[in-house]
Amino acid sequence: MLDARIPDGPLAEKWSNFKSHARLVNPANRKKLTVIVVGTGLAGSALAASMAEMGYHVKCFCFQDTPRRAHSVAAQGGVNACKNYKNDGDSVYRMFYDTIKGGDFRSREANVYRLAECSASLIDQAVAQGVPFAREYGGYLNNRSFGGVQVSRTFYARGQTGQQLLLGAYQALMRQVGLGNVELHARHEMMDLVLTDGVARGIIVRNMDTGKLERYGGHAVVLATGGFGKIYFLSTLAMGANGSAIWRAYKRGAYMANPSWTQIHPTCLPQSGEYQSKLTLMSESLRNDGRIWVPKKQDDQRSPNNIPEEERDYYLERKYPAFGNLSPRDIASRAAKERIDEGYGVGPLRNAVYLDFTRAIQNQGEAAIRKKYGNLFTMYQKITNVNAYKEPMKISPAAHFSMGGLWVDYELMTTIPGLFAIGEANFADHGANRLGANSLLQACVDGYFIAPYTLANYLAADIKTGPIDTEDVAFAKAQVGVEEFMSKLLAIKGNQSADQFHRLLGKILYDKCGLLRSKEGLMAAITEIRQLKAEFWKNLHVPGGEAMNSELEKAGRVADFLELAELMCNDALYRNESCGAHFRVEYQTPDGEALRNDKDFAFVSAWEYKGEDNGPELHKEELNFDVVTPTVRSYK
Amino acid sequence: MNIRLKIWRQEHEGDAGKMVDYSLNDISSDMSFLEMLDTLNEQLIQKNERTIEFDHDCREGICGQCGVMINGRPHGPLTNTTTCQLHMRTFKDNELIVIEPFRATAFPVKCDLKVDRSAFDRIIQAGGFISVNTGQAPEANDIPIGSPVAESAFDAAACIGCGACVAVCKNASAALFTSAKISHLVLLPQGKIEAAARVKNMVEQMDNEGFGHCSNTEACEVACPQAISVLHIARMNYEYNKLQVLKK
Ligand SMILES: Cc1cc2nc3c(=O)[nH]c(=O)nc-3n(C[C@H](O)[C@H](O)[C@H](O)COP(=O)(O)OP(=O)(O)OC[C@H]3O[C@@H](n4cnc5c(N)ncnc54)[C@H](O)[C@@H]3O)c2cc1C
Ligand code: FES
Repeated sequence: MLDARIPDGPLAEKWSNFKSHARLVNPANRKKLTVIVVGTGLAGSALAASMAEMGYHVKCFCFQDTPRRAHSVAAQGGVNACKNYKNDGDSVYRMFYDTIKGGDFRSREANVYRLAECSASLIDQAVAQGVPFAREYGGYLNNRSFGGVQVSRTFYARGQTGQQLLLGAYQALMRQVGLGNVELHARHEMMDLVLTDGVARGIIVRNMDTGKLERYGGHAVVLATGGFGKIYFLSTLAMGANGSAIWRAYKRGAYMANPSWTQIHPTCLPQSGEYQSKLTLMSESLRNDGRIWVPKKQDDQRSPNNIPEEERDYYLERKYPAFGNLSPRDIASRAAKERIDEGYGVGPLRNAVYLDFTRAIQNQGEAAIRKKYGNLFTMYQKITNVNAYKEPMKISPAAHFSMGGLWVDYELMTTIPGLFAIGEANFADHGANRLGANSLLQACVDGYFIAPYTLANYLAADIKTGPIDTEDVAFAKAQVGVEEFMSKLLAIKGNQSADQFHRLLGKILYDKCGLLRSKEGLMAAITEIRQLKAEFWKNLHVPGGEAMNSELEKAGRVADFLELAELMCNDALYRNESCGAHFRVEYQTPDGEALRNDKDFAFVSAWEYKGEDNGPELHKEELNFDVVTPTVRSYK
Repeated sequence: MNIRLKIWRQEHEGDAGKMVDYSLNDISSDMSFLEMLDTLNEQLIQKNERTIEFDHDCREGICGQCGVMINGRPHGPLTNTTTCQLHMRTFKDNELIVIEPFRATAFPVKCDLKVDRSAFDRIIQAGGFISVNTGQAPEANDIPIGSPVAESAFDAAACIGCGACVAVCKNASAALFTSAKISHLVLLPQGKIEAAARVKNMVEQMDNEGFGHCSNTEACEVACPQAISVLHIARMNYEYNKLQVLKK
């Protein structure tokens, strides 16, 4: 059994107990300590800036050309915090409970409680940085509600909440770069983690502009590299999103937790052709005013405006009257897939459902809807050429968020001493299903308020270590390994591009390790993935050379995805229950809802790498529910 | 549809570079512009030719990483639309499309269509922030901000840092980018305190990076994917001149 090092004491006091007793580093010693932060999304930027403000030396990396482009920028809907500004009964406990329940009782109580506890400070911090959240006419902050909860605790900045939060963190980071406290390396991709004596001491990165490999040493390494939903190829993630950093860490000994738990988001634009490179998300906030439906008749060819009210099936309102269109994402996505698979899908490829604003526009007026969602409607029109004020949107589920990731303990440290993982890169907090607007929160809270304390607690033992020597043989060896990997990719000279393999991999995962999973399907998927991997190493073609080369970057990421995909399938196969986003068709209630098995599966699956030729080894972290009682999650 | 392309190819910074002709047949008009480039690159891979390097990441118009000159206009013919949000239906069958990188002294070309925009980061480092450390913030509702003020600040803060404003400007000025940040922060009570130092440092940095001066052609507002208003430039100038007057 894995020990998460949860502090003693009652749930509500654990975090303050930890903070009161954690070791500290004297300000004079901080500049002797270097922290490597890989990733400049909300988690990475927030942490890098916060550590630098305290006086640590920070080295920060991202693959985009500037930190401000990290994919946190794309989050639209909002960020949760239990300020209870609406006086509607919100509290730390209620937010904790909603999150635990939303995650289908597969997350760690202590972490989730801390997430809720720190949420209010995040709003304070962001506002102080100049984040222009929506306000009411009296000048106070406004809120809206999001899927899976019955209070309004979501703060938002039009449909660009992620962008505005990220710019706040980015500006804090830039301030520290300007002051010389942070060394920034944009367009640098992490290729390997370096351990000396079993402790994380540095990284090997590739300068993507020159192709040169570089070594960086530090007293602790933090991975804030975001989610790997791009493994499905068609996803709401950025084109460069990858699993490589965490995968290399996994191969160096960090455990990977619940890797198969992927949130498939219900409101994305459907695929329209084979050439398609990504699926754009339409913020879930649209479900506050939009109603989801399909025609009652299969394969109905009429235009939506010609289908009379009584011939429409508002299936979420029908099946889940209490939450209706605001049912949690896993439920909404599965319900959509069920309708589409049954032949009720709409659109040219019959792969979508309608999201309709007619009633909202009738009740509130077009201007009010425009004010709330104007940029989303504009985006929709740009992509599809359809005016959603006049005709319902067509939406469909798409891979979106990785609940799984590197296993971390309460202090956000992985199983490798000195290696931390924060933000979407770790597995913590969201259980088997993430609630909307909770992950911007998690990334921010990890970066601003949690890791700065837990890192200090770790670094306190390191003040006498001195600078890390990157001439050490461990660095040299790791670098040679990366060089070999790159040359191998370039040397194959087959006849298929990295994208072609990636598309095929995505299809296998959507079909067999997506919204619905089964034992046969997963076993078949593993065989197919192995074949695809063999084919990749035989038939990949990467033109160009070692200098700047996007194809080489893609190839490296796909090589890692191919391995990670197999681990995902193994993870899904082992878990003989359905919970949250993990729906095993063999385990469902008579009316088709997820059938959890708390007796046998109330644990986190943490996988250990055992070498190329052996299967991974499973370790379990038992989930103890001291405060809440796991119940059947019902949104009816 | 079929299209003809002329694309800027340049191996690395300092290389002379040249326009190269390509063509694509039977592509869907629902394809995005970048998917069209993906399709072309697939064909180059089949021919074992080096693929065309272009910047992109989110492909939904928000990260600001994409951006090329399309027929002489940054991000192409549609107003207030990023390159990644442009679709082929905007072009005519058999149209000739000329694709070049964003050009400016302060944006050196790195390879093909990729340019170095790190000068923008350095402008922000010079003062594009509010100096508040983690932990110092007061309760968020302690300082009410009128909704119209917050909304105006948002209009400025919406900048995605793509550089289209610089690319379209005959002087390669970064006035719109810089002023948007100055405006965003000076409008908010939290940002007012540092207003003087901010405008001075950011404007100086902008000059040091080799961006040209603004001569008010207002082309930038039209090219901006977020429709950031040139009025922010007026505000920046006002803040800057106020400083000069106060100095005397
Ligand atoms: C379209 C979309 C909309 C969303 N909307 C919401 C919402 O409304 N509310 C909400 O709460 N959540 C939302 N989410 C989820 C949320 O945005 C993310 O979970 C969160 O922003 C992740 O932040 P992060 O800092 O962990 O990672 P990211 O912001 O993804 O940053 C990852 C960083 O790691 C770097 N990186 C990655 N790999 C490497 C490598 N190998 N080497 C070097 N650097 C690397 C990248 O350059 C980047 O800087 C949304 C997600 C998407 C995709
Ligand atoms: S790729 Fe992000 S704005 Fe175009």
